Amino acid sequence: MDHKIGVYIDTGYGIGEALDIDALSSVATSEFHAVVCRAEAYWSDPEKLAIIRNDIVTENLTAVVIAGASPRVFQQEFTFENIITERVNLREHVVWCHPANDEDTQMLAEDYMRIGLTKTGKYEERPPFTDPNEKGILVIGGGVTGLTAALGAAEAGYQVYLVEKELKLGGWLNKFSKVFTGRFPYDELVDPPVEEKIKAVGANDKIRVFLGSRVFSISGAPGMFEVIIRPDGSWIEELDAIQNRWLAEKKAKANQGGEEPEPAQTSHEEAAKLPPIPETLDFEHEKVSVGAVVLAAGWRPEDPPGLEKFGYGSHPDIITNVQMEELASKGKLARPSDGREVNTVAFIEVVDDQIAHPWLYNSAVGSLVALKQAHYLRKTNPNGKAYIFYENMRAPGQYEKFYRSLQDDPGVFMSKGTPVGVSNGGSALTVRLKDTLLGEDIELNADLVVLSTGMVPLTKDSSILNLKYRQGPFLPENPYGFNDSHFICFPYETQRTGIYTAGCVRGPMDILSCEMDGMGAALKAIQCAELVSEGKAVHPRAGDESFPHIFTQRCTQCKRCTEECPFGAYDEKPDGTPLPNPSRCRRCAICMGSCPERIISFRDHSVDMIGSMVKAIEVPDEYAEKPRVVVFICENDALPAVDMAGIQRLNYSPHVRFIPLRCLGNINMVWIADALSKGIDGILLIGCKYGDDYQCHFVKGSELAQYRMEKISETLQRLVLESDRIRVHQLAIDEYATIPKLVDDFMERLSEFDPNPYKGF
Amino acid sequence: MAGEKTVLVVGGGISGITAAVEAAEAGCKVILVEKLPYLGGRVARMNKYFPKLCPPTCGLEINFKRIKRNPDITVYTLANVENISGAPGAYTATIKITPRYVEDHSGTSKCVEDCPASIPNEFNYGMDMTKAIYLPYEMAYPMNLVADADALRKAKVSQDFGAFVESLQAKGIRLDLDAKPESLTVQVSSIVWATGWVPYDATKLDTLGFGKYPNVITNVMMERLASPNGPTGGQIVRPSDGKKVYNLAFVQCAGSRDENHLPYCSSICCLASLKQATYLRDYNPDAEAHIFYIDLRAYGRFEYFFDRVRNDDKIRLTKGKIVNIYEDPVTRDVIVEGEDILSGSRIRSTFDMVVLATGMQPTTSLEKVPAQGIQYDDYGFVISDTGIHAAGVTKRPMDVGTCLQDSTGAALKALQDTVGR
Repeated sequence: MDHKIGVYIDTGYGIGEALDIDALSSVATSEFHAVVCRAEAYWSDPEKLAIIRNDIVTENLTAVVIAGASPRVFQQEFTFENIITERVNLREHVVWCHPANDEDTQMLAEDYMRIGLTKTGKYEERPPFTDPNEKGILVIGGGVTGLTAALGAAEAGYQVYLVEKELKLGGWLNKFSKVFTGRFPYDELVDPPVEEKIKAVGANDKIRVFLGSRVFSISGAPGMFEVIIRPDGSWIEELDAIQNRWLAEKKAKANQGGEEPEPAQTSHEEAAKLPPIPETLDFEHEKVSVGAVVLAAGWRPEDPPGLEKFGYGSHPDIITNVQMEELASKGKLARPSDGREVNTVAFIEVVDDQIAHPWLYNSAVGSLVALKQAHYLRKTNPNGKAYIFYENMRAPGQYEKFYRSLQDDPGVFMSKGTPVGVSNGGSALTVRLKDTLLGEDIELNADLVVLSTGMVPLTKDSSILNLKYRQGPFLPENPYGFNDSHFICFPYETQRTGIYTAGCVRGPMDILSCEMDGMGAALKAIQCAELVSEGKAVHPRAGDESFPHIFTQRCTQCKRCTEECPFGAYDEKPDGTPLPNPSRCRRCAICMGSCPERIISFRDHSVDMIGSMVKAIEVPDEYAEKPRVVVFICENDALPAVDMAGIQRLNYSPHVRFIPLRCLGNINMVWIADALSKGIDGILLIGCKYGDDYQCHFVKGSELAQYRMEKISETLQRLVLESDRIRVHQLAIDEYATIPKLVDDFMERLSEFDPNPYKGF
Repeated sequence: MAGEKTVLVVGGGISGITAAVEAAEAGCKVILVEKLPYLGGRVARMNKYFPKLCPPTCGLEINFKRIKRNPDITVYTLANVENISGAPGAYTATIKITPRYVEDHSGTSKCVEDCPASIPNEFNYGMDMTKAIYLPYEMAYPMNLVADADALRKAKVSQDFGAFVESLQAKGIRLDLDAKPESLTVQVSSIVWATGWVPYDATKLDTLGFGKYPNVITNVMMERLASPNGPTGGQIVRPSDGKKVYNLAFVQCAGSRDENHLPYCSSICCLASLKQATYLRDYNPDAEAHIFYIDLRAYGRFEYFFDRVRNDDKIRLTKGKIVNIYEDPVTRDVIVEGEDILSGSRIRSTFDMVVLATGMQPTTSLEKVPAQGIQYDDYGFVISDTGIHAAGVTKRPMDVGTCLQDSTGAALKALQDTVGR
């Protein structure tokens, strides 16, 4: 599309003194035929902005290019309605890190001008995708988290569908005798706060409750999810069995290696093994349409083999802390074996030291539960004695006060201690412990032994969501075994857009945290429904109205886009071509990099656009001794880091040209081939850290880039070029001080080779 | 769905930023007020987050981007909410805005290197000096200089001052030491209070030597010491002589879980020390760290991190309470004394440097919310929740992830207020 471009060169910040502005202007006017090109200091000032606004009207500009400070500043100032605005960073990337009035610095500035103007010329007009318009919220799970989420969304005015598998709302809270609240005054136990919530849900006409029901399937996309709700029955076990088998096979295959790294999620053949939604639903069901989903399915007690070591199952008076709740709800504690009153209870933290992280499910509330249950005994039996043995007494925050209240109770004895075993001593049980605070191993007789168990998220057992997605029915799991994708900074995000996990599926937590989490997840769900209805992306590119456009005629059905999307945005049409779901898309453009046919594009980000930007770089001939290097950088972390290098006035080779991408996963092989065949001497890729603790905002972008570059050797061989001309780096945002070394080391390596022989072709 | 009403978020740390962007992206109009000249609060001054050991600026950058592109968020820095009147759904708040005393075009500290006056660098907890005109840190949002007017007024007498001010003008920077504070009144339907925490004042722990011995520092100072943009450029060296640290002790519960100081547990200090032990081990592979703790409170998925750190044989963990710290006046080494809880034996060990794991004290324990009807617990945490919603460490000690959980929930409460349920 032809644009009428106005170019505004900022001569402030030392730019005017460091560069030949006339020569720079002539790049804009002669090479790119900019309609207007003005050079003045500080275009962000209101009176200067008025000049730009006036030009927009009088010259009918469709695009404005500001060549000055980094796009990280003055974003609001340089926003002109319905006008494309592009920024050329002459400050942080040129004059602040390269010598003034130097030939190479000038060439750098002129190249950035060419890159920016080329990019501007490639913007396409494409209206946002505004089909999604459902704003209702599906909440799965009617425990404390789900109830809170449902009420939270309904009280903000949203229709809620609440699905609970039991015949009564309330979840675990129905089964607890008393609970600690984490609320002032911190040391009180209260009745589970459940009846009140159930009543409020019942009284709210914006909440529809489905009891004894499960989600049969979820298809569609945010703002247009189709949910089938079905009464509980044996069908769920059958479905879980199929889906779990499918997942197990997939994992086994991934462990064998040789596959593309995740998110090469699910091959076509694998996807075909999953049951589709039947054409006729010959069973009782209801269909609802929703905008977003809160998954608050909760937890089950952990069942480690370690429990048996302590006699669990061998004696009725050895019980878990979950069973203890049931016992306590009957009032006075009586021994399960003979109904005799319990006078002595030993609480033991059981962990299975055979597993990698034995405390994972236990440590969030295990200590507090033991304290609570000691209280049950002391409250009902003034002569009762409670013994609590722990590894570390975990009573965070104000729970310390609750802990102290029991420390002050002479009937509660607490010590660090590692349990060794429990044996049946006839009239009582005998507990043996080592490493206690008493400095010796001890034996203790108890009427009742309570073993603590952890809280396992139900997503460990089955999909629950039963997504009808090409990448399968499950939420992808993180290395910690939960389903969130961007812990720490964006805790509600998952790899399935519009689906937010809350409560104990997101991690073991207390009731207070569950309530907090239900509120937060409900907000995220509302936000998603609202944003997608306006055609906008959700986190992390919230507000982005672009979305992938596919030129399907040229698709070869290779399925890479459907497999590599970290968010499962693509389904598949019957002919094997991708079926995009724009509101599932996070706009990372990883699919753009994965497509060998280069047919996926965004209106402001495309293979052609970036390829043209690379080609816009002027490559001096081989005798000039001016090598040229293209550096593709992630705009989220690497780009700010390069800015910081400029802010710190760090110097590095002026022969490199930074080209920012939405994510390093955008990298398309064709750009590499184009750059090399144009005479570019080397290509550097800088993306986020990957691995278990990845920092990529799109999960696997930088890892995919690395993977693709490992496959580039073929291209290099064809061009008879050295493989070291391409290098991939992982850089954290705060490692900006290493940028000069990183760049200069690469330049040094390149200097060992002859110039790229394709210069001048 | 959100009404045309506005949410006021007080506090521009990670909780306030989160409440503001989450509410705005759900359709609310938001005013975000921060008392410092930059957003980011405590986390901006941290080196890395546990358990991922990733830089806080990575997430902050995304959040700043969300603010920059959202016209529904208005940010005031150097601003304090002085008074709140009204009732849930309709509040009037008065905001006082202190001038920056300098107008610039997104300047940086390098632009003002020739400033004749210097002040202690608060961003680095006073461990070094900064010029009296400065950008608080490279990634600061807003990216604008700020001036210490008092220090500059004193410097006015110096010969170079006139030339300096002139040189600023050539750089598009204008100094205005006569700028006056402004007052602003806003009508809002909901308020999120997220003024966070301060590190407990370690000088109150009189037997632990902070303030007396230079090689006794606090955990927040350790964050700066390890940061690439900190006072030493990330070198973990002793304040007394700049010597590389080989032997470092962490003293847990320095003030926390102590009836005479902070009776509650600060929740994060165990993990912070485990994390800081990795800073030392990464910086100096020959170094050893020794953590003295009462209980090591890692929870949930932090167990993975605890395991990882525990498996480093140069990080030693001792269940013990340190009661006394003093200095060898010749070597300036630090000697810690206490009791080993498991063996009952006495601890007496010498270290190059000691980090006191001081706890989090809610800001509201020092400065109350300027509104009627707010309730606090004995420690100063906010416990009431009608119309004015506390978020993050204003409610209880929590880690960053939990603050985000909580402040996103606070954004929903604010949204509910704006639709007038």
